[in-house]
Amino acid sequence: MSDVPEVKPPVVTPVRVVIALCLLAPFVAMLWVGSYAKADPAFIGIPFFYWYQMAWVLISTALTMVAYQLWRRDQRARASAATRTSTKGAPASAEGAEASAEGSAGA
Amino acid sequence: MKDGVNGVALGVFIFFFLAVTVVGFLAARWRKADNEHSLDEWGLGGRSFGTWITWFLLGGDLYTAYTFVAVPAAIYAAGAAGFFAVPYTILVYPLIFTFLPRLWSVSHKHGYVTTSDFVRGRFGSKGLSLAVAITGILATMPYIALQLVGIQAVLDVMGVGGGDNTNWFVKDLPLLIAFGVLAAYTYSSGLRAPALIAFVKDTLIYIVIAVAIIYIPIKLGGFDEIFKAAGDKYTAAGAGGLVPPEAGQWTYATLALGSALALFMYPHSITATLSSRSREVIRRNTTILPLYSLMLGLLALLGFMAIAAGVKVTNGQLAIPQLFENMFPDWFAGVAFAAIGIGALVPAAIMSIAAANLFTRNIYKDFIKPDATPQQETKVSKLVSLLVKVGALVFVLTMDKTVAINFQLLGGIWILQTFPALVGGLFTRWFHRWALLAGWAVGMLYGTIAAYGVASPTQKHFGGSAKEIPGIGEIGYIGFTAFTLNVVVTVVLTFALRAFKAPDGVDETSAEDYTADAGDPGVEVELPVAAH
Repeated sequence: MSDVPEVKPPVVTPVRVVIALCLLAPFVAMLWVGSYAKADPAFIGIPFFYWYQMAWVLISTALTMVAYQLWRRDQRARASAATRTSTKGAPASAEGAEASAEGSAGA
Repeated sequence: MKDGVNGVALGVFIFFFLAVTVVGFLAARWRKADNEHSLDEWGLGGRSFGTWITWFLLGGDLYTAYTFVAVPAAIYAAGAAGFFAVPYTILVYPLIFTFLPRLWSVSHKHGYVTTSDFVRGRFGSKGLSLAVAITGILATMPYIALQLVGIQAVLDVMGVGGGDNTNWFVKDLPLLIAFGVLAAYTYSSGLRAPALIAFVKDTLIYIVIAVAIIYIPIKLGGFDEIFKAAGDKYTAAGAGGLVPPEAGQWTYATLALGSALALFMYPHSITATLSSRSREVIRRNTTILPLYSLMLGLLALLGFMAIAAGVKVTNGQLAIPQLFENMFPDWFAGVAFAAIGIGALVPAAIMSIAAANLFTRNIYKDFIKPDATPQQETKVSKLVSLLVKVGALVFVLTMDKTVAINFQLLGGIWILQTFPALVGGLFTRWFHRWALLAGWAVGMLYGTIAAYGVASPTQKHFGGSAKEIPGIGEIGYIGFTAFTLNVVVTVVLTFALRAFKAPDGVDETSAEDYTADAGDPGVEVELPVAAH
């Protein structure tokens, strides 16, 4: 990730921000009850209040899947960065250990 | 209610019940390990479950018979307010995506079987671990009792529950048999039994929901008609509605969030999680578990259908079984009843195992017999799982059903108070153990007193789980208010204790433990013994 191998990759990266947003979005949507506490527009006779929340089951699932894929890619990238680092004598980071295991589990 | 026993439905029900009984006993031989006398084997299925088994196990565990009966019953009685179960289960998955893999890793590394094991290891405090263990056991017991209430509802509708004048023994005999069988195979097969039975249960449930959600609306003239009838009923009754009123929105949101935070504090959810093979299994599961939320949403709509179908019951819990009996042909009603009945057995088994593990690891081993061998631990756990079930049975048979429901409501408030110690501990060691204990005590006390003071038209105490939030003036979930208080007390006291340099406990975990996965050094795929 980083151009300087001796430096650990930063904790907050754009990818991780996206992951956090994916995981946060359902909270904003669901806890803001006022945004969906209405009956119209209805869908096949089901009031908005109900079908909207059920639609969010699907949306939040999609968001979690995106977060999961991004997280795995992030971990793999960090793992290879850590391997490069450790060959230069720096200790492998904990995240590196996790990522290599996750990479092999996913393979 | 049709009079007499529904023979066809009962026959189908008994068929499925016998089938899962056989499965339950055979489960002991499934993926059997050499060292069957360890708590990891009996209580966590050897920590060997992959993505799909974990999915069925967690689904079977979290979506209980009581859920199937209570969620539509709440909709039937109050309308929109009962639908909070859907946002609640939506919020659960991003949450567990964030913290459960860390718990899995540290538990695998140190051989933790329960959440209290972790809390003791992290904060070096037996007192805090005991508080977490007792809260877990207290919250689980009424939950098991409610599974019995779910079975009772089904038996009642099939006509074998007996009327009010039947002899109590005849009336309760079917329930006694069901629980005797459950106790026997949990004892012999451990967590493997509910894991296998969960396959049967969920398959049945999915079939029943799919059929119900298509077949019943067609028979009732479509969703337009269903919601119109429901709306009319709420207006006539002067209670509930199709959309939550402005005043009810805080309650709705805090109930959803508070329940979501609480769900994975329950011992049985953790047991099912720790039985998975790797931390990947857990993350992958958070992307497929929401299928159950969708099912729950559809199931909730059955509450409206019960109204439209003209189901009239005084006990709301009977609304859905009665809807099935009225709408479905007898044989399919039997399938639906079997789904609910078996839906009670799976979580009841896991809950009793989880409560037993807590007792064995964090009360028996920590305080009574510190040098217990893995064999002794397993033996104690098996016996306690029996005791827990007998306790739940006595609870249901001797006390009014509302007592179990009140306690379950309290249990939800209580279990949420273990969140700061557990989830806080997974991310930081900053909190002081004494501050966590004090925060827990304040949360428990406030939650209990506040819940006691809630009156409803039918009950003087424990009439509901929502009350005015002090300082805000809106009505909110008591558990969430108590949780907020708990966090505030914990943070303030931690600052104070750190300032006075109060002795900190020993932390036996290290930063890498929280990200370790199967295959890493020190993390064995199957732990040889429940080593500590």
